[in-house]
Amino acid sequence: MIGAGVVTASYIAATILFILALGGLSNQETARRGNWYGITGMAIALVATVLGVVTANYVMLLVALLIGGSIGLLLARRVQMTQMPELVAILHSLVGLAAVAVGFANFMDPSVHFEGVELTIHDIETYLGVLIGAVTFSGSVIAFGKLSGRITGSPMLLPARHWMNLLLLIGAIWFGREFVLQSAAGGGVEPLIIMTVIALLFGIHMVMAIGGADMPVVVSMLNSYSGWAASATGFMLNNDLLIVTGALVGSSGAILSYIMCRAMNRRFLAVIAGGFGTGGGAVAKGGGEDQGEVVPIEPLETAELLSNAKEIMIIPGYGMAVAQAQHTVFEITRVLREKGKNVRFGIHPVAGRMPGHMNVLLAEAKVPYDIVFEMDEVNEDFPDVDVSVVIGANDIVNPSALTDPDSPIAGMPVLECWKGKVSIVLKRSMATGYAGVQNPLFFEENTRMLFGDAKATLDEVLKDL
Amino acid sequence: MAKEEKRSIRGPIIGMVVAGAALLGLGAVAPPSFMAHFTVFVLACFVGYMVIWNVTAALHTPLMSVTNAISSIIIIGALLQVSSTNPVIMWIALATALITSINIAGGFAVTRRMLEMFRK
Repeated sequence: MIGAGVVTASYIAATILFILALGGLSNQETARRGNWYGITGMAIALVATVLGVVTANYVMLLVALLIGGSIGLLLARRVQMTQMPELVAILHSLVGLAAVAVGFANFMDPSVHFEGVELTIHDIETYLGVLIGAVTFSGSVIAFGKLSGRITGSPMLLPARHWMNLLLLIGAIWFGREFVLQSAAGGGVEPLIIMTVIALLFGIHMVMAIGGADMPVVVSMLNSYSGWAASATGFMLNNDLLIVTGALVGSSGAILSYIMCRAMNRRFLAVIAGGFGTGGGAVAKGGGEDQGEVVPIEPLETAELLSNAKEIMIIPGYGMAVAQAQHTVFEITRVLREKGKNVRFGIHPVAGRMPGHMNVLLAEAKVPYDIVFEMDEVNEDFPDVDVSVVIGANDIVNPSALTDPDSPIAGMPVLECWKGKVSIVLKRSMATGYAGVQNPLFFEENTRMLFGDAKATLDEVLKDL
Repeated sequence: MAKEEKRSIRGPIIGMVVAGAALLGLGAVAPPSFMAHFTVFVLACFVGYMVIWNVTAALHTPLMSVTNAISSIIIIGALLQVSSTNPVIMWIALATALITSINIAGGFAVTRRMLEMFRK
């Protein structure tokens, strides 16, 4: 057994290491070391807690940790990069579940005893930890379902859903009051359980109402909630390490949510209130309008255009990953660079199913990260670009976001590839994208449509190069 | 022109006054131990804000997986209860330790795997 002071000192060390771990993510070179800092911090905190706080059941604990650890390592090794969003969602749910369990376990513990104001504050902290944990748990499970295709991506919009949410919220507050009152008299488990059920329902309902296109925001939001749940639990346990870590994770998720919303030009509250496109006009116009003709192109001509170009911009979207075309894209990039061309990738913040997803998919395909740029870094350069290649992306290159105030995607920043000399759009057909909006880019003078499965057509282009 | 400036400042000022009042109200009723933890919490939020904005957008996915891993520090809550003489509490604590360790191992491992992929 080690003293409480030593345990606290270890927690401080862990806090420092966690902050350094996040700081390391400022660039790809320091990031790997940062991850090891995080691992070290976690190890120190775990060992210190086991040595300083655990007094019995060591073997069972070790078995539990080994089983859980092995499952985690197995998952990490087997998961495909295209499945990252689902993995992150299901992992968040585990943190939420843990917060609920720790809240209940702590509440039932007879050795934890407070009086008066301290008891009230402690109860509120317990209540909040369980509430946020439960919402995180059920919300993340639904998010996992939607991202893995097990649940439909379209939003489930029940009638009077705002009233239902309000009712659930009032219920949660009511039972909070009940809980605090009953706890002072020695009871309180029933209101806590009822609130947990309410919170679970709320989590399910909230995420079911959100459409597939908004999943990047939902995943970030749940990331944030799992942090706040940990923080609330930290208050309940008087543990500063938990409080600090929870705040770090909570702000991380909140900032990512903000970035996602800004990239779609949608307000956060509008996103989580459900539906999609409830902002600028529900029905996408232009379904039957004659917008002109598209100019199709063949792989051979595409290869010619690329061979004659000096500046090339590739704009990937999630469709590229679905078609598993990223490796072919890398091969084409390699060939073009060997021929002395400047190939760049332009990544829109919401391309992919979660923040930074496209970057990971490209990294997996061995695309060097110094030619992968964010939209803001390259958007001004399009007038100098000879050929833009749009793969499996639609809304992120849609000019009507800038020109049409009634469009559901109005105001959303997009990659302005039409300002380049030629844009080649790879699509399977003329069907609309997530937003259900027609894309005037396809009908532009300097756009060529390359129809077909992205991987197959790109294999052809590679052969012709 | 001056009127527009006044209108745009009014919102944030009202917000700050409300937040300040809430903070003072909290300080009036809360015990000192809570205020100490609250201080840490507020500081941590600011640290989080500054550190996270510094993360490059290309690494946002590893950021999510590593923040998920460190949020599993909630395992401490389970460890505090695992020695309990109450079997219900003990089993809840053991189960919680198991599922959080999935998160710890999985989160750091998948982050490492992703970071290894980023090459120049």
